Amino acid sequence: MLLALIAASESGSIGAIDMPVKTIDEINEKISEGKAVVVTAEEMIGIVEENGPKKAAQMVDVVTTGTFSPMCSSGAFINFGHSSPPIRMTRVWLNDVMAYAGIAAVDAYIGATELSESQGMAYGGAHVIEDFINGKDIRLYAESYGTDCYPRKSITTTINKYNVNQAYMFNPRNCYQNYAAATNSTDKTIYTYMGTLLPQFGNVTYCTSGQLSPLLNDPEYRTIGIGTRVFIGGAQGYVAFEGTQHNPGQERMPNGIPIGPAGTLALIGDMKKMSTSFVRAAIYEKYGTTLFVGVGIPIPILDEDMAVKTSVSDKDIYTNIVDKSGKTSFSQRVSYQELRSGFVTINNKKVPTAPLSSMVKAREIAQLLKMQVQKGEFLLTMPAEKLPQNAKPLNKLDVRGD
Amino acid sequence: MKKVKVSLTFPPSKVTFPLMTLLVRDFGLEVNILHADIHLNRTGKLIVELSGEEESIDKALQFINGQEIKYHLFNGMLTWQEEECVHCGACTSVCPSRALSMSAPDFYLTFNKEECLVCGLCIKACPLRLLHLAHRGNETA
Ligand code: SF4
Ligand code: SF4
Repeated sequence: MLLALIAASESGSIGAIDMPVKTIDEINEKISEGKAVVVTAEEMIGIVEENGPKKAAQMVDVVTTGTFSPMCSSGAFINFGHSSPPIRMTRVWLNDVMAYAGIAAVDAYIGATELSESQGMAYGGAHVIEDFINGKDIRLYAESYGTDCYPRKSITTTINKYNVNQAYMFNPRNCYQNYAAATNSTDKTIYTYMGTLLPQFGNVTYCTSGQLSPLLNDPEYRTIGIGTRVFIGGAQGYVAFEGTQHNPGQERMPNGIPIGPAGTLALIGDMKKMSTSFVRAAIYEKYGTTLFVGVGIPIPILDEDMAVKTSVSDKDIYTNIVDKSGKTSFSQRVSYQELRSGFVTINNKKVPTAPLSSMVKAREIAQLLKMQVQKGEFLLTMPAEKLPQNAKPLNKLDVRGD
Repeated sequence: MKKVKVSLTFPPSKVTFPLMTLLVRDFGLEVNILHADIHLNRTGKLIVELSGEEESIDKALQFINGQEIKYHLFNGMLTWQEEECVHCGACTSVCPSRALSMSAPDFYLTFNKEECLVCGLCIKACPLRLLHLAHRGNETA
């Protein structure tokens, strides 16, 4: 028995995770002393290649990631403050875009994809958020049925980031861990949240920062969990919960990387401290509005395994190209290295590819976060709770009414 | 001498019609095909640059009109608000000439005016609405 144990430990098969090289507390101590070694996820690829993961884990303390993508499931809670006489707002519009007011008297949630009632797709909740962050005045109109304690029945005023009480972004689903690439098999151009897709497999679009993407650098959610401090929109925020549609059970490669949409994060952050360098409103033709959100997450290199994980590169990350017209079950597996080359081959035809997620911005975020950690302005956190590692398959919504 | 850029839409019944040959032979035009998307028995698209005498070009366009082939003349130029650009790449997915492009390693958007067909496809593909058509002679607009 004892012999077997010794043999097992010598062959390295005892315990799936190596002995930790360092703890988060030790890393934070180094950060506070200005001694931490911080690199971006792209820089880490070369470091591990040159030194091997064991040595890299000793050399590097923190790896920073970044992404800047359209994320529809985004929005913000705002508390406007009370008027005199007060109103219990039942319906709220911000610059003509409806905000959800079915909560307390002067709280509302403005969602990124809600469209303007006067301008349609030219302006939406995402634009309200961008204008708010830019410090612009926003027209608030609210209605109520009036109560004994809240007698006012309507109000017209302006709000901005300097006069509201709280304004925090709360995004139910950000940072999708991988995503399917899109194409179109039909004879007509289609307009989707994956951009304009040209007829007859005329183009392919894809949307992730790949080797720089937060959850692709911690594919099994060892260090990113509930409570993790993140860079969001230029401010510091937190992982609030698993994101909606979090689907850790997605098919995975032997390296642990999911093929297609898997884990997601619900994020929260102070919108008053954000910058439009990292939050931008977007319009997808004939689809609607959405919000580009810049997110960066620092990953502590606790051991050799995390060094391996953060050295992932686009050639190791795969996804499927799917037909967004829904007319065929076309699916073709490709690596991000192929997608990033500018062309893929579909049915023996060379098809141009285009990203929708900005590499330029993702790199800017990873670099900025690297500097913030180096300067001691951004400390790492141990998750308060892990993200679910296993979950039941996603619910399919059956039509049960008529 | 005049030069124009034209897009031509061929109905399925006309995709085999030898229009280019006729433009050269009967109208004395020089034809430069910039982009072609032609499939048998399907609607086809051509973007061409025609050069020749103004009168010949006008006559050629009249002739094209009589052939159930739709044409659209491109004039003006495309402007890009570069300082606002987030380099997402959405516009590159629809650009037929690759005038808008981005590639490894830096993935910055580049716009090559010389190659632009002024087809306008990119205008609505930009989620930030940073691409606009401006008329020639009004290039700063
Ligand atoms: S107008 Fe836009 S899409 Fe058309 S060729 Fe010029 S850059 Fe490309
Ligand atoms: S689509 Fe617009 S924002 Fe995106 S790269 Fe093109 S010009 Fe820039």
